[in-house]
Amino acid sequence: MNVKLRVWRQKNSETEGSFENYEARDLNPNMSFLEMLDVVNEDLTNDGSEPIAFAHDCREGICGTCSCMIDGKPHGPETGVATCQTYMRSFKDGDTITVEPFKANAFPIVKDLVTDRKAFDKIQRSGGFVSVRTGAAPDANAIPIGKDIADLAMDAAACIGCGACVAACKNSSAMLFVSAKAGQLNLLPQGQPEKDTRVLNMVATMDEAGFGNCTNQYECSAACPKLISEEFISKLNRDYMSASVKKLFKAKAL
Amino acid sequence: MKVIHVLFRSSIGKKFTMAVSGFILFGFVIGHLSGNLQIFAHPDKINAYAHFIESLGPALWGIRLFLLTTLVVHVWVAAQLTIENKRARQKNYDKQVTLRATLASRYMRVSGVIVLAFIIYHLLHFTVRVTHGTEAYPTTILADGTKVRDVHSMIVLGFKSPYIAIFYLLSVGLLSWHLAHGLVSMFQSVGLRTRAWSHVLERITVVLSVSYFLGNALIVVAAMSGKVRIQNPSVVGFTCRDTCEICGLRNAEAIVENADAVEDNQS
Amino acid sequence: MILDSKIPEGPLAEKWKNHIARGKLVNPSNKRKYEIIIVGSGLAGASAAATLGELGYSVKCFSFHDSPRRAHSIAAQGGINAAKNYQNDGDSVYRLFYDTIKGGDYRSREANVHRLAEVSMNIIDQCVAQGVPFAREYGGTLSNRSFGGAQVSRTFYARGQTGQQLLLGAYSALSRQIGLGTVEMFCNQEMLELVVVNGEAKGIITRNVNTGQIQRHSAHAVVLGTGGYGNVFNLSTYARNSNATAAWRAYRKGAAFANPCYTQIHPTCIPVSGDYQSKLTLMSESLRNDGRIWAPKKLGDKRPPNEIPEKERDYYLERKYPSFGNLAPRDISSRAAKEACDEGRGVGETGLGVYLDFSDAIERLGEETIRERYGNLFAIYKEITNESAYETPMRIYPAVHYTMGGLWVDYDLMSNLPGLFVMGEANFSDHGANRLGASALMQGLADGYFVLPNTIPHYLADVPREAAPSIDGPEFAVAELEVRDRTNKLLDNNGTKSVKSFHKRLGEIMWNYCGMARTKEGLEKALELIPQLREEFRKDVRVPGEGKELNQSLEQAGRVADFLELGELMCRDALAREESCGGHFRVEHQYPDGEAMRDDESFAHVAAWEFKGEDKVPERHVEPLEYEETKFTTRSYK
Repeated sequence: MNVKLRVWRQKNSETEGSFENYEARDLNPNMSFLEMLDVVNEDLTNDGSEPIAFAHDCREGICGTCSCMIDGKPHGPETGVATCQTYMRSFKDGDTITVEPFKANAFPIVKDLVTDRKAFDKIQRSGGFVSVRTGAAPDANAIPIGKDIADLAMDAAACIGCGACVAACKNSSAMLFVSAKAGQLNLLPQGQPEKDTRVLNMVATMDEAGFGNCTNQYECSAACPKLISEEFISKLNRDYMSASVKKLFKAKAL
Repeated sequence: MKVIHVLFRSSIGKKFTMAVSGFILFGFVIGHLSGNLQIFAHPDKINAYAHFIESLGPALWGIRLFLLTTLVVHVWVAAQLTIENKRARQKNYDKQVTLRATLASRYMRVSGVIVLAFIIYHLLHFTVRVTHGTEAYPTTILADGTKVRDVHSMIVLGFKSPYIAIFYLLSVGLLSWHLAHGLVSMFQSVGLRTRAWSHVLERITVVLSVSYFLGNALIVVAAMSGKVRIQNPSVVGFTCRDTCEICGLRNAEAIVENADAVEDNQS
Repeated sequence: MILDSKIPEGPLAEKWKNHIARGKLVNPSNKRKYEIIIVGSGLAGASAAATLGELGYSVKCFSFHDSPRRAHSIAAQGGINAAKNYQNDGDSVYRLFYDTIKGGDYRSREANVHRLAEVSMNIIDQCVAQGVPFAREYGGTLSNRSFGGAQVSRTFYARGQTGQQLLLGAYSALSRQIGLGTVEMFCNQEMLELVVVNGEAKGIITRNVNTGQIQRHSAHAVVLGTGGYGNVFNLSTYARNSNATAAWRAYRKGAAFANPCYTQIHPTCIPVSGDYQSKLTLMSESLRNDGRIWAPKKLGDKRPPNEIPEKERDYYLERKYPSFGNLAPRDISSRAAKEACDEGRGVGETGLGVYLDFSDAIERLGEETIRERYGNLFAIYKEITNESAYETPMRIYPAVHYTMGGLWVDYDLMSNLPGLFVMGEANFSDHGANRLGASALMQGLADGYFVLPNTIPHYLADVPREAAPSIDGPEFAVAELEVRDRTNKLLDNNGTKSVKSFHKRLGEIMWNYCGMARTKEGLEKALELIPQLREEFRKDVRVPGEGKELNQSLEQAGRVADFLELGELMCRDALAREESCGGHFRVEHQYPDGEAMRDDESFAHVAAWEFKGEDKVPERHVEPLEYEETKFTTRSYK
């Protein structure tokens, strides 16, 4: 099969970008989208042009590096997969495919299709952890955790940090990411002591980073390669307001 | 102030503020509609109700101030959120598809702004009473002899103009649409929407917003089509008689013609 | 070169405890005066950075990714072993130790492996406390599954993504330390050179992959947790960007490279579908519990699998290994698949594949049960191949999955180059010639959380407490110049062939001659071909773009240049090891029935290679392996 590509090319974060057109010929429908880009890049290199920069690594949908906006949807037309798990059979012979990087002010473009998502790391640093010293942990079975809670925490923990939620949201809100990260720990008994400070700090950092606000449209959840539920956003809202109220009225040690 | 900071500075706080102010306003419009539905009863009913509200005096002003503040907060925070949301992605995509956002949710700003314009007009129309001449705001006498504003006639008179009626219908339609997203959304924003009952919540929302629209539309259509008629003799231009079957107990002079005659006279 | 493993005295089970108890320490108030560079942010790197930062050292952690969370530890599916004996099925530290030694085909250090088994339990405790959502029973206790090479259920898991969950646990601990300011994180920084001052590792040179900026960093010690080198083969289950550059630079600066020929080939991967392929995807070993592996009996039988009658199918694992059948260990199953394909009985378009058939299991248990057990794996298979494994058998073929070899380290995880520590897959120490399933995650976290933080003070205590060497020193200047030279040479080469084309050709040579079955002739041939290819690469590679911005071709070029040298070393090591053991199978050394023939007389040792200069033959050193506790036995699965 053959497809035409409209690819966003941008030299670096300082310069303006624009679309370039390419043709990808003689493709095997069982090729992954990134393998198709490999082929295009190989041709570009052989022609003496500069290949398209795109983020990728594990190519099995778990590292969260790949991040293309394909025909207006993060990670391409299929549901519940990352860009690396999108295959050419999802397109028709002769299609024109528009490929853009994930865009948000909090995610500056590094080059071409590569976006810098360090803002997520910042959020994580402000509270996405349980403070436990290495070696200070009690026996793993000391605290039983019901299977339903463990499974729900696992649903949240499935987040691969790719940023598709931000890319899909018309407001570039990071609520699904933050809610998944905070939600996982807030659900588990291990996360309880720091639950309130966790949500307050993570939300404050998220707000500072320049993400937009959630307008409850759930595009994030629909675009998420792990289909993380917007229910965690609801939980984050609840946890945040209760933490705020508690902060106002809670007794404090001297 | 920490409270102010939470409610007006943090992203989740702002959404909470939107939800709570939205909920108050929703409560108000439902109350307002149930009040208005009294138009289908005897005119005295709604007129007495309106009079009761007006007679609250300082309390009424308190309520008005509260509602107005709520509205201002709702609009102000919405504007703030909109600006922030626009700023969060200054360079937009060339192509972006919608995955599951409802149409209502995508046009909240449009419906909100039109509804706001409508509210202003509506207040000028019925509360401040300046959009029409004085003849549009008659008075009447209740059974106990109190002279009150004839809200019943005001409403019917108000919707006689098809332009105004259509504007009302449209605005109420948009408000219902606004509620269709707003109602579900407020539960999400305060953290009460969960997968376990979100489908039920969505259905309730549809029923509520459609009923709200139908309730309002019924009043407008009824007034427009003459199913509800003006019964105030001074408006109609005739005096009442003792044994009027409509007014029954009212002690006044007779009226012979019906409301259709009034219209003929006026035209 | 002296290879002193520094294994502590005393009985095996007491060695680690005694070693910690008697080792030197750094005073808490002095810890912050010591700077430690950690390269890599995978399981080993992140856990070590977090723990050392928490202890008070001044840590700098480097990753070439945009976030520490993207390291390839994240892709491990199956689970992590720990001798908790929560199942009451007879597990113990000793049994985990023994299984690992035997699984490694008696080519690993007893003391290291015993230590690994000891700390395995602390790892699970630590991860649970961090909020890692391991699978649980209804009663709320942790759940376990069984894995190959063990008769007990000791594998802890988190759905099909144990690696991601463990890495996120370590990443969260690291994030906390970065937030507290004890660890400084350098993302998008690729280590391109090791700096050695007075014979000790004291710094690194990095390139910011986004800006091209070359930077010098100094420290009192350098720790590598940079993963394995399986991408030498081009096609593997490794991430595309996994590379051996950091380890290779250390080797060229004097660190010995141990057992480079030990590579693990995983038997159940989705076969290559075409020339364009960039990556092989693993299908979990657990599928072999219910799937039956077969190939057609007839050569070149191109009929669809469902049309091949039962009597024309060869269930070769069941035939050759009746007692283990389809659950024969990884190395053995892989070789058997290769044999079938070499005979011309392979299936699929390329003829490189065998069937993993679930039809019997579906008939016996019903499709629903199979869906419950393997639904997500069948979905991945469908996603990639567009075929439903419920209707037609899966096609599988072995693929490179892990490298047991790596930089040589002593019991303290320090290489022969003082001040250079190596952890996780990047070192050679714990898996011998073959790694058991669910042991890689265990080793990475053991090294990072518990081993290195307890052994690094043994070195640091003797290092003067003054500042780390100045980055303006001559050693740093020379190292930076080397990096600049290499980079510019690649950019200015103006050749005609892409980096990728060389990587592919190298991969083919490695797979054909240094893959699942190795021969003297083949390895000698590879030792001719690789230097030729390297020469061609130097002359004719084309690296488009500039050096002062993101340039993925340039990054890849540097990595492939190192693979072109490392590949040769692997072949050299494979040629020198005149025996078959674990992942290293020499065709000349097998029993008449085709089983691997170990030579414990001559090869019960670690082979560590010393760099002798550009394009010169490296020197092979030997560290004998002494077995006090266990006895050599032949692995038999018949």
